[in-house]
Amino acid sequence: MTDTLSVDRVAKATDTVPLLVVSGLSVAFSRGGVQHPVVSDLSFELPRGACVAIVGESGSGKSVTARTLVGLTGAHSVVSSRRLLLDGEDISDLSPRAWREIRGRRIGFILQDALVSLDPLRPVGKEIEEALRLHGWGTRSSRRRKVIELLDSVGVPLPEQRAKQRPDELSGGLRQRALIASALALDPELIIADEPTTALDVTVQAQVLALLEETKRRGVSLVLISHDLSVVAQLADTILVMKGGHIVEQGDARQVLEHPRHDYTRSLIAAVPSEETRGRRLGPDFPALAAPHPEQIAEELRDSSGPVLEAIGLVKSFPTPGGGSQRAVSDLSFSLARGETLGIVGESGSGKSTTGRIALALTSPDAGVVRLLGQDWSSLSEPKRRRLRSRISVVYQDPLGSFDPRWNAERILLDAVPEDAYPTSDRKRARVRELAAQVGLPEELLSRFPLQLSGGQRQRISIARALAPSPSVIVLDEAVSALDVSIQAQILDLLAELQKQLGVSYLFISHDLGVISHLSDRVLVMTDGVVVEEGTVEQIFHSPRHPYTRQLVGSLPSLDHPPIRR
Amino acid sequence: MTSLRPSVLPRVRSHPLVAAGPGLWTSIAVLAFFAIAAFAPGALASHGPTALDLDHSLQGPSFSHWFGTDESGRDLYSRIIYGTRESLAIGVGATAVSISIALLLGSIAGLAGRFVAGTVNRIIEVLFSFPTLLLALLLVAVLGPSMITQIVAVGVGTAPGYARIIRGQILSAKNSGYVEAAVALGHSRWRIVRAHLVPNAVRPLVAIIALSIGQSIVWASSLAFIGLGVAPPSSEWGALLDAGRTYVTQAGWLIIVPGLVIVALALAATTLGKHIQNVLEKGEK
Repeated sequence: MTDTLSVDRVAKATDTVPLLVVSGLSVAFSRGGVQHPVVSDLSFELPRGACVAIVGESGSGKSVTARTLVGLTGAHSVVSSRRLLLDGEDISDLSPRAWREIRGRRIGFILQDALVSLDPLRPVGKEIEEALRLHGWGTRSSRRRKVIELLDSVGVPLPEQRAKQRPDELSGGLRQRALIASALALDPELIIADEPTTALDVTVQAQVLALLEETKRRGVSLVLISHDLSVVAQLADTILVMKGGHIVEQGDARQVLEHPRHDYTRSLIAAVPSEETRGRRLGPDFPALAAPHPEQIAEELRDSSGPVLEAIGLVKSFPTPGGGSQRAVSDLSFSLARGETLGIVGESGSGKSTTGRIALALTSPDAGVVRLLGQDWSSLSEPKRRRLRSRISVVYQDPLGSFDPRWNAERILLDAVPEDAYPTSDRKRARVRELAAQVGLPEELLSRFPLQLSGGQRQRISIARALAPSPSVIVLDEAVSALDVSIQAQILDLLAELQKQLGVSYLFISHDLGVISHLSDRVLVMTDGVVVEEGTVEQIFHSPRHPYTRQLVGSLPSLDHPPIRR
Repeated sequence: MTSLRPSVLPRVRSHPLVAAGPGLWTSIAVLAFFAIAAFAPGALASHGPTALDLDHSLQGPSFSHWFGTDESGRDLYSRIIYGTRESLAIGVGATAVSISIALLLGSIAGLAGRFVAGTVNRIIEVLFSFPTLLLALLLVAVLGPSMITQIVAVGVGTAPGYARIIRGQILSAKNSGYVEAAVALGHSRWRIVRAHLVPNAVRPLVAIIALSIGQSIVWASSLAFIGLGVAPPSSEWGALLDAGRTYVTQAGWLIIVPGLVIVALALAATTLGKHIQNVLEKGEK
């Protein structure tokens, strides 16, 4: 009590009191009478106009922390703290009514997914107006004007028209801006942003980050929650690294990023893939892998000359609801050599996934051909194609959706082991164990169902399944995009190691430039279904020629570059 | 935070009955009681189903006649017990007919080529647009009232709805990531149908069957109530309703009690079905 009072007095005297003081914050959820701690003993101070970033992987407790700071921890939660002060006032024990007063007016809250956070049936302008109305701001017409002003200030073009549109009529970037505008509506002193750019394309991410930086310059304080160290590096003054509900490291942003003291922080930073990490392991070593491809296939691979996969002049259109058609891919050609990784990078809607599906012959092109190991591939009928299917396989972003929920890991892998190479059930089982060892999956996990496995373990099974027929090419469609950075590092290491040992080629599709530059030998840059630039990683990342490539590379946040201003 | 801890899942999956509430246990008890009544009515009944006692006709519920007596002095409780077998047979039989038709039509509509699937789908939709009772009435009108007719009529009447569910299941499995993964592995069409489509489409049927048994009994009773059911002196529940209709002003229990029994069975079967459905969905999510 005396603590609070003395802080209050200091506040009036010097006005240098931090806007937000969090001391000894702990959050637990009770389930079945047992308390499960989620956040333990978290403390930090946030000065005015500064940004504190809370960084961690899934399950670290960072989002729960964010929600607790706006009084939305939820039912079944137990929150305790030594001190929780907003501008010197105790906010640790407020009624829901008092919180409603604070939320929006004094603390703005921005969530990851604007499509979920905005009312789908209401025009975004109305949504922002509602925030103003609830807090009794202005008159109806002055609120209308304010909404337009707000949308304009967050860089929404044609704000009068946009205000009348519903969230699903806006692009991801515009939606996120509308959400930020509604958080800024009442000029809060503090903004809490939980993964504000995670669902966005890099170029849009750069714009949103610039907007948040601009907000910060106007004196608004920021609590930024993110899993992405390179995003955090753009904005944060102070960084808190969380793991399992505990702060493992806390300090000045530069200090934490450049001279991390804790091992976990170091491994997090080391795990961020980028051009500089090429050919290097991102995570700690794991035991050498056994089991190369069966002998005759390995020989086939060595003997074949020329590209393993070749696409010439691919065109693919999809019908649009209006009755027209949209080009997903126009005149696309590439070739993939043995043991090579070709990266295809592009933002959402660029046609990169369609390209992957055409390469896998899951979609047939309107024009153009795909050749696999020099043989016609895209023009074959499906029954004839089946014989060749074992030469090319795929790893998806969402392994869970690609597994039959009724099957355990062993059954999933057994299903993928080809009959002709492993005719008996004993040999099939042996092959499954071999594959599990190859992808670093403990054998005892084979009896588990996909739901009982972690994201990383699932992706290992997915890779094992792709390896089962001993393919020459694996299409990796955003294969590491859904993973936490340390798990992503392990999977990238595994992919690099497998390529070295098996000589398999990768068609590596991703929106993530860091991941692309880490793993690829050559890169195709796609936008609107067209390849705008092709080259080695060095060419693309150091001397990009096409304006779009330059914009893309420039938008890439990194641990040591300041962001590109719009 | 968002993902369930793996250690929690096996516990949830391992024992679905652990989480069962009193509602489920009551349902199971009710179903067990009717099962005994169906197989060994003598063990539960206090009187014979056709034992006449004209001195005690149309008596209200009492200690010697729990549910009262009908116009011929027959004990209503015992008649209900003896009628269970027929009523359950109609419920189970109609469900079997219904699910068989639904499986056939639904699978064709989900799996066949565009022309055949489209045609079958139109047929399902046309049948679905008829009210269930109207469809059943048409069949009874054509075939004449009997227990078999009732089974067929209710089965055919409810089949289109289930056919649509099965078609939906097959289509969603067909568009799933795991089927695409199987195509990419080079598995044949037939192998994919066998390994993925049929098992995943059939799984929710367990719940549907339980729901359908209760529903079918209600539909069958509706038919019987308007005189299109099993002929007297059968004590099938719907027939009891029909017979009691004449005395509704003097002896309301003759309608109320069989009605409540039908509701109890339908409710118990539905509760169990819902529970099975929940357990299955929990396994998937």
